[in-house]
Amino acid sequence: MSWLETTREVMRRDQVFDLVRPAQSVSAGLDTRHGPILYLEDVTVSFDGFRALDELTLYIDDGELRCIIGPNGAGKSTMMDVITGRTRPDHGAAWFGQRLDLLRMDETEIARAGIGRKFQKPTVFPNHRVVENLELAMAGPRGVWSALGARLTGEGRDRIDSVLEEIGLGEAGHELAGKLSHGQKQWLEIGMLLMQNPRVLLVDEPVAGMTHQEMDRTAELLTRLAGRHSVVVVEHDMEFVRSIARQVTVLHQGAVLAEGSMDEVQSDPRVVEVYLGE
Amino acid sequence: MAANEITATRLIPQAPHRRLLHGDLGGRILLGILAAMIVVVPVLNLMVPADSPFHVSTYAVTLMGRYLCFALLALALDLVWGYCGILSLGHGAFFALGGYAMGMYLMRQIGDRGVYGDPVLPDFMVFLGWEKLPWFWYGFDHFWFAALMVLAVPGLLGFVFGWLAFRSRVTGVYLSIISQAMTYALMLAFFRNEMGFGGNNGLTDFKDILGFSISAPGTRVALFMASGLALGASYLICRTIVRSRLGRVVTAVRDAEPRTRSLGYRTDRYKLWVWTVSAMLSGLAGALYVPQVGIINPSEFSPLNSIEAVVWVAVGGRGTLYGAALGGALVNYAQTLLTAWLAELWLFVLGALFVAVTLFFPRGLVGLLRRRGDGS
Repeated sequence: MSWLETTREVMRRDQVFDLVRPAQSVSAGLDTRHGPILYLEDVTVSFDGFRALDELTLYIDDGELRCIIGPNGAGKSTMMDVITGRTRPDHGAAWFGQRLDLLRMDETEIARAGIGRKFQKPTVFPNHRVVENLELAMAGPRGVWSALGARLTGEGRDRIDSVLEEIGLGEAGHELAGKLSHGQKQWLEIGMLLMQNPRVLLVDEPVAGMTHQEMDRTAELLTRLAGRHSVVVVEHDMEFVRSIARQVTVLHQGAVLAEGSMDEVQSDPRVVEVYLGE
Repeated sequence: MAANEITATRLIPQAPHRRLLHGDLGGRILLGILAAMIVVVPVLNLMVPADSPFHVSTYAVTLMGRYLCFALLALALDLVWGYCGILSLGHGAFFALGGYAMGMYLMRQIGDRGVYGDPVLPDFMVFLGWEKLPWFWYGFDHFWFAALMVLAVPGLLGFVFGWLAFRSRVTGVYLSIISQAMTYALMLAFFRNEMGFGGNNGLTDFKDILGFSISAPGTRVALFMASGLALGASYLICRTIVRSRLGRVVTAVRDAEPRTRSLGYRTDRYKLWVWTVSAMLSGLAGALYVPQVGIINPSEFSPLNSIEAVVWVAVGGRGTLYGAALGGALVNYAQTLLTAWLAELWLFVLGALFVAVTLFFPRGLVGLLRRRGDGS
């Protein structure tokens, strides 16, 4: 920013100076009194002129299980990138609850505030045991010095145990994560998310490459998690979406095309057109 | 259900930090060998008469002391390369800086016994016609100050370099290249007389350390023992680090840095921490090395030295700590043997060794031994 722009910024009368704005602290807590836990409003992201998100407006309610579908390039991943702080939108607003402005937080702060993301490709730490993967993900201090002296407390151990049970890897706790099957890695990833006590779980294509049995178990797991957490699932597999979805949002060209139950959405002529082509 | 819970609880390691060397056979062997050497070598040198076949010459003691210093450098490098995945091609710079800090103390100890007999100024400053001691030489007449600088200067350089590099997310081959550039730049700088570190002659002609003559067999033995103790203590420090949760985070950074970041860890700070510790250990190695070889000059900064250190770690076995220490000592021993026969061939041998290790036994000597152990 040149000095001229800086000066202009200072002269603007539609906003107060940054320094008089109340400092945002994560400990202020999450305010979801009005229902939604995630607010995305008019979010626009463009890469070299291509609009990945085009004035996207989306609300996710507290405790909801929401599926987001859409053809390739609809902006699903970009949306997750905006929420987790990986991508900064050109304009728009993104709030976590009513108090936390996601656009003023970096990736780490957002993760600590309670938004967990499961990536498309399962990335677990292959050279650590399953329990160690969970231990690393456990909510708690993240500082270097505290990590040097950190010990696993009884409480932490119980927490790891219960998550191991939850994701159905109780038997594999001592194995190296790199030796797990593809499906087990996906569950471990979800388990690592759970260890952080997130309020919102962003789950990117959880069943890609899974067998039918594994898919069923995943569906069961995600439904169980909704209520205690808000779960946002991005998925291509329609059958899977149908098996878990209560509320479906269809994205197309960076904006919301339709929203509603699976049946409503599927009978929407615009959705049919997008999915089946002109 | 109750039975399930019990089995699940048992899966979690109980008190993982209780025994530092638990399950670390290699580390125990390394420490055992070190302890034996520290006791036996001085006895064989000082107590056994020189004509006995069991006598170890002072020359051999110093040589072994040097190998221990190289082993310590390799250990420090393994901490960042093996565990954090940062391939440094500039660790020789930290080693040399530690060496220079010690060299400056040794220069000040010469006092008026130099060629020019100046009570304060080292010979090269008198030769350059300098009137007074540059400010950065102040304090080096005290051993405690020099000892502090041995850790602080490499630590500070490591911290600044790492802070700039890791914060800007410079990784992989780019980081290797800039670390190489760092040591090269320092070499060029230290070659200049104006820098005030003796130019291309470096610092030499040391007389005594802590009041003991530096060439006396007793001092040599003490330096050897100090190197052994430093290596042992550093091994325990590194082992503590890699066994802690910090160590697990660092390994996680090596395997999947973006994932670690998404878990809420500030990976740059973890890398910076480990990098700085490693730089300080390298400085310590350099400081113990200099009084044993009796000279420090800018060629210690040469990029080749740093690359050689990487080869030691690779040959010994990356990511095991004791393997790196073993590699540092053994490769240098091999070099001493080979240089005696075919000096020109050494670099080819070193290169071939590196290629062979990379292609045929990527886990180094340690991996080779382990495979043997499993096979039988």
